[in-house]
Amino acid sequence: MDRRKSIKSIILGGVAGGLALNGCKPENVEPTGENIALAAENHFGRTPEEKELIEKLNAEQFLHPHELATLNVLVALILPANESYGSALDAGVPDFIEFMTKDYPKFQTPIRGGLMWLDHKSNTDFSVEFIAATPEQQKIVLDAIAYPDVEVPENERPLEVQFFSLIRNLTLTGYYTSKMGIKDLGYVGNSPNVWDGVPEDVLKQHGMAYEEEWLAKCVDQSKRNTKAAWDEKGNLLT
Amino acid sequence: MQIIENSTMYDVIIVGSGAGGGMATKILAEAGLKVAVVEAGPYFDPGAPEQQTQLKWPYESPRRGANTVRPFGDFDSAYGGWDIDGEPYTNEEGTNFRWFRSRMLGGRTNHWGRISLRFGPNDFKRKSMDGLGDNWPIGYDDVKPYYDKVDKLIGVFGTNEGLPNDPDGFFLPPPKPRLHELFYIKGARKSNIPVFPSRMSMLTKRINDERGICFYCGQCSRACSVHADFSSGTCLIFPAQKNGGKIDLFVNAMVREITTNEEGKATGVSYINKEDRKEYKLKGKIIVLAASACSSARILLNSKSKQHPNGLGNSSDIVGKYLHDSTGGSRSAFIPDLMNRKMYNEDGVGGMHVYTPWWLDNKKLDFARGYHIEVWGGMGMPSYGFGFNHNDFNKYFGIKVGGYGNPLRDEVKKYYGSTVGFGGRGESIPQRENKCDIDSTKVDEFGIPVLKFKYQWTDHEIKQVGHMHESFEEIIHNMGGTVLGDKPTLAQKNGIYAPGEIIHEVGTTRMGDDPKTSVVNQHQQLHEVDNVFIVDAGPFVSQADKNPTWTILALSWRTSDYIVEQLKMQNI
Repeated sequence: MDRRKSIKSIILGGVAGGLALNGCKPENVEPTGENIALAAENHFGRTPEEKELIEKLNAEQFLHPHELATLNVLVALILPANESYGSALDAGVPDFIEFMTKDYPKFQTPIRGGLMWLDHKSNTDFSVEFIAATPEQQKIVLDAIAYPDVEVPENERPLEVQFFSLIRNLTLTGYYTSKMGIKDLGYVGNSPNVWDGVPEDVLKQHGMAYEEEWLAKCVDQSKRNTKAAWDEKGNLLT
Repeated sequence: MQIIENSTMYDVIIVGSGAGGGMATKILAEAGLKVAVVEAGPYFDPGAPEQQTQLKWPYESPRRGANTVRPFGDFDSAYGGWDIDGEPYTNEEGTNFRWFRSRMLGGRTNHWGRISLRFGPNDFKRKSMDGLGDNWPIGYDDVKPYYDKVDKLIGVFGTNEGLPNDPDGFFLPPPKPRLHELFYIKGARKSNIPVFPSRMSMLTKRINDERGICFYCGQCSRACSVHADFSSGTCLIFPAQKNGGKIDLFVNAMVREITTNEEGKATGVSYINKEDRKEYKLKGKIIVLAASACSSARILLNSKSKQHPNGLGNSSDIVGKYLHDSTGGSRSAFIPDLMNRKMYNEDGVGGMHVYTPWWLDNKKLDFARGYHIEVWGGMGMPSYGFGFNHNDFNKYFGIKVGGYGNPLRDEVKKYYGSTVGFGGRGESIPQRENKCDIDSTKVDEFGIPVLKFKYQWTDHEIKQVGHMHESFEEIIHNMGGTVLGDKPTLAQKNGIYAPGEIIHEVGTTRMGDDPKTSVVNQHQQLHEVDNVFIVDAGPFVSQADKNPTWTILALSWRTSDYIVEQLKMQNI
């Protein structure tokens, strides 16, 4: 936009930096995912206060080295590598869990206490801390807590069962929200595209079909760039 | 401390920049008036790289999008929420109203679901139909021309179906249903519950050269960087600036009160600049409140003077009363036929492609008014919470729940996209006793007295939500699904959401012909002070089962036209 026009609208009051861009959008540019994502590289839409909070949390360390080492072993047991993808440890899940213990302090005691329970159980049964136990011994410890009784409400289950469920939840969330996990899952969205209905083979697979009458009302994507115009009764002419 | 006065005399000062304030800004600035827009939050453009959350991946947030900071997660665009540091509010004992606020240019229009429904003829005349609440002093025919104009200016997809109380409009074509929505259509129809294409304000087709077209990332709640969905900043305020409107934007400016003169007329506003924490005054010939229903009521109630001892425009004692939100109930289900899905990009538009408007006759029911059904599901982008208790569905197949190791990978894929959910959003009956008032014992960090809420649902709302659950369960059964969780009991008030949680609060400065029982006239002008107007949802007499935004926009336009006309006639 031309400068003369832009200065007609000024922003006053408490003005943060970068506001000179106010209202100056590139016009008639069909943005692609690439240029939108590139323009916003190194940002993910944080306000200054939110950025500060993240920096503060990152500067703190909640889990002690031994706790972290135990967590590393645990998440890799929950989701180990397979022939195509790495483990939850490879996907950086412990870093995510460490962040969450600071971001959501209610996790701190159950996680710390649960990790301690693993050592206690392993020491009692095998005279060795959990991380130093053999894979068979670790499996014995985990098998006892990894299968909750679904008839019992979650908050009434034994603490070690609740602990394992929590870590499994965080491990799977951490993994499937990582670059590796998203690829593993096969999620193909989050990119500019044109939705034109469920693929025919998928409809067939699920025994579904589009009705002609309904489809006739839907957008003809070949005309999406043609400006909309209506008659006076609201019938779309274009 | 001296209050710093700005010497500019504005034709209009608009308080708030959401749907109502944005529309007033556009219409009044384009009519040539000199306008000040005063917004309590920062400047916001979803296209600005530093503010953009669209097309971000979950791993770009260290909390993977969890909602520990923003109520709807890190990538939601709303700055604010039900609780804001330094800006408390209180509740009368035994009641619980939850007040959501977005502090940013464009307000809550940046993150909302964009469900854009017109009120129908019945919605303006409910008292005539069931004797409850009150009629609006205006009817559908008064608003229709403005709904039409809003449709064309902003863009909304949908279909003309000739429904009696869900009127036709000027629609863009809707997107095709997704797989889970085809299941919903089939399941609902088995019980004679109708389903139609959704009506939402995303551009499925070009409407002008300024805004982009939807590219189906499904992330409307993150605000669109190409301005392909409606938000007040991108569709109203920025275009008005581009068209040469004389607009001064005051951001991070928290309005304290409306100032008045000896005759009791409004002279401007005072606000706290959040950056330097000093109080400022702006002078204006007309004040347009668009701060949101409760914030506008708060400003009026805090604007006490010799001429207005009970707050501005409040000699009727109605300001803050008749507060009401939509009812809400929700339920989800596991649909085995949606297991083992082939992967493809089905993000679609943000939210739903199909919905069910209210379809029954209240004469055969034990509650008043109705609700519409919103549908969710599909193969969405993983975010915090993805994979939580994912193999609970094992129990339906006699497989052990829980476990660890690589079998989890197969289970995650097997169940991905097999959950659907429903939200019922219904109309409540406005009650005089449901209200917000000033809590004279507390101030916010800007020294402004805060609001105290009192709100209780009546049996009508609770029964209505019970009916939602019956409908949901029937539809789920028809879809071959299993309902998740237990049906809430009557003792649990049928699972009705707390007031304020649906974020459709309206009615605090209601409209009417009688100054004794209403705050504004049908032009949304204070009965008592003719140069103050309210263009948010405060003037709503009743709220329908519809999202209020489209009606806020239409009425704000109607009022703005009236302001221009009255100025020309030198009546204000």
